[in-house]
Amino acid sequence: MPMKIIASTCSACSACEPECPNVAIREKNGTYIIDPKKCTDCEGHYDEPQCVAVCPVDGCIVSV
Amino acid sequence: MPSSTMTGSMPATTYVSIGQIKSLHEALELPQPGGGCGTEGGEGKASCGTSAGPDDMPPEIWDKVKNHPCYSEEAHHHYARMHVAVAPACNIQCNYCNRKYDCSNESRPGVVSQKLTPEQAVKKVVAVASEIPQMTVLGVAGPGDALANPAKTFDTFRMLQEQAPDIKLCISTNGLALPDLVDEICKYNVDHVTITINMVDPKVGEKIYPWIFWNHKRVTGLEAATILHERQMLGLEMLTARGVLTKINSVLIPGINDEHLIEVNREVKKRGAFLHNIMPLISEAEHGTVFGLTGQRGPTASELKAVQDACMGGANLMRHCRQCRADAVGLLGEDRSDEFTMDKLEQMEVVYDLGKRKTYQDKVEIERQAQHSAKQEALAAASAIKVSEDLQVLVAVATKGGGRVNEHFGHVTEFQVFQVSASQALFVGHRRVDQYCQGGVGDDEQLPSVVRAINDCHAVLVAKIGACPKDDLTAAGIEAVDQYVGEFIEKAALEWFNDYRSRIASGAITHQDRGDAQIRQGAFTSVAEAA
Repeated sequence: MPMKIIASTCSACSACEPECPNVAIREKNGTYIIDPKKCTDCEGHYDEPQCVAVCPVDGCIVSV
Repeated sequence: MPSSTMTGSMPATTYVSIGQIKSLHEALELPQPGGGCGTEGGEGKASCGTSAGPDDMPPEIWDKVKNHPCYSEEAHHHYARMHVAVAPACNIQCNYCNRKYDCSNESRPGVVSQKLTPEQAVKKVVAVASEIPQMTVLGVAGPGDALANPAKTFDTFRMLQEQAPDIKLCISTNGLALPDLVDEICKYNVDHVTITINMVDPKVGEKIYPWIFWNHKRVTGLEAATILHERQMLGLEMLTARGVLTKINSVLIPGINDEHLIEVNREVKKRGAFLHNIMPLISEAEHGTVFGLTGQRGPTASELKAVQDACMGGANLMRHCRQCRADAVGLLGEDRSDEFTMDKLEQMEVVYDLGKRKTYQDKVEIERQAQHSAKQEALAAASAIKVSEDLQVLVAVATKGGGRVNEHFGHVTEFQVFQVSASQALFVGHRRVDQYCQGGVGDDEQLPSVVRAINDCHAVLVAKIGACPKDDLTAAGIEAVDQYVGEFIEKAALEWFNDYRSRIASGAITHQDRGDAQIRQGAFTSVAEAA
């Protein structure tokens, strides 16, 4: 169940990008996207998905 | 300066010089501060951050602050700063902050129109510095946290130092990441660090910070506030030990940390902070912040002043912070960021000429000295009356610079407020207002908002004012005074006050207390037409 950034609510603050242990997050067209092939929900790295924990907009990053 | 450029200002913010605070606690075993008047306590005549000169502080400290508009009240009339928005990410959430909001008329920390890469930022700084030779200071102040984006912040500094080595660097941070990055800060010769500290008691902090991101976890509640508090204090102590000048910003949130800020002041002073800047909460539902949505209000002018006065105990204040945007450019109180968007920068031919900048700044310095001496002379001639009576009132002043009463009432977008007694006139803050006069015509709908903004003042000193607004001000109990045109503000204020006293003494008028004033929130609604 990879994570997904809902572009319409993303403020493009970039906080999630450096936190991703899988380097799955990058900027695209003024917003950030998660590569679902690389995302592991941070399992094996951390207790919780890092992007969700650091994102300032509630509900912006969801599990798909 | 055309009033249409005055979009970057906010009113009534204060620097309380920490040296004025009496310590209630025993001195702690703490690192020795790198110097500065703020740490010497006592009843020093003037303190750092006032318009006072080099007599009041060690030369190496004076050297660091004299041309820094955010650290010296006097310098901010002559030298400019800019912020570059290279640091959008943040590692904590504050209930008064929403970085998604942007409006070009909005002036608040955290607001930007355009985020920049470090490369773009350096290009912009060099272009601005060539165009505005009195621009001496570059700050990274978000829109997030400078130290939550260490690579972007320090890359910017590194590249800039290669191209424009004369520009002073500063950062603004919430302090969470600070202890880990003090070495980096020193490595890039960052002169000044601002830490936003709103509490020294996690129980208070809990109401301000819903969460922090710490050690790969989202931490909430009391635990979050405790960690943040400990990191802030540690970071401040480490900076003090390394001799980096530290300013503390505190947001005054009525009912949450108002009286508590006195405790904050004591704790940061103890740890060597150089200045304390107490700012009013900016809170409107339209900003989309937690406080805006829950209806948490900002302080009134007198609530703000009460906390500031409790923190400083009498003498010299520094109260010129305008809570500027994270991409502001120019003198404090003006914002020229529109002139330097990335599109426009692409068109500019930039030659960074250190010599030219130096020459210009030398000229600024001569002007500044001349102005300083002229003001001292005028004040000495005004010879304030030595009396023991404790009557003191506030007066609003319409000025467009030079320390003189020289602006028309209708053109003011920002009044300066002075506290006047028989013996002194003391600058205590700014009040931002919507301009009364639009395109040559007075806007009667605007007047009540102007009155509210200066409602705690007994008089307003102006270069000129129409009969209509003058009558309306009189009706509201504010005397509009236009006979001190071109005078130095302090001299005019003292002369008016002595006249006021003599009128009371002769029975011509009765002194009455004024009410409270409103601190203006939100964006300008009407600028640019008049110019």
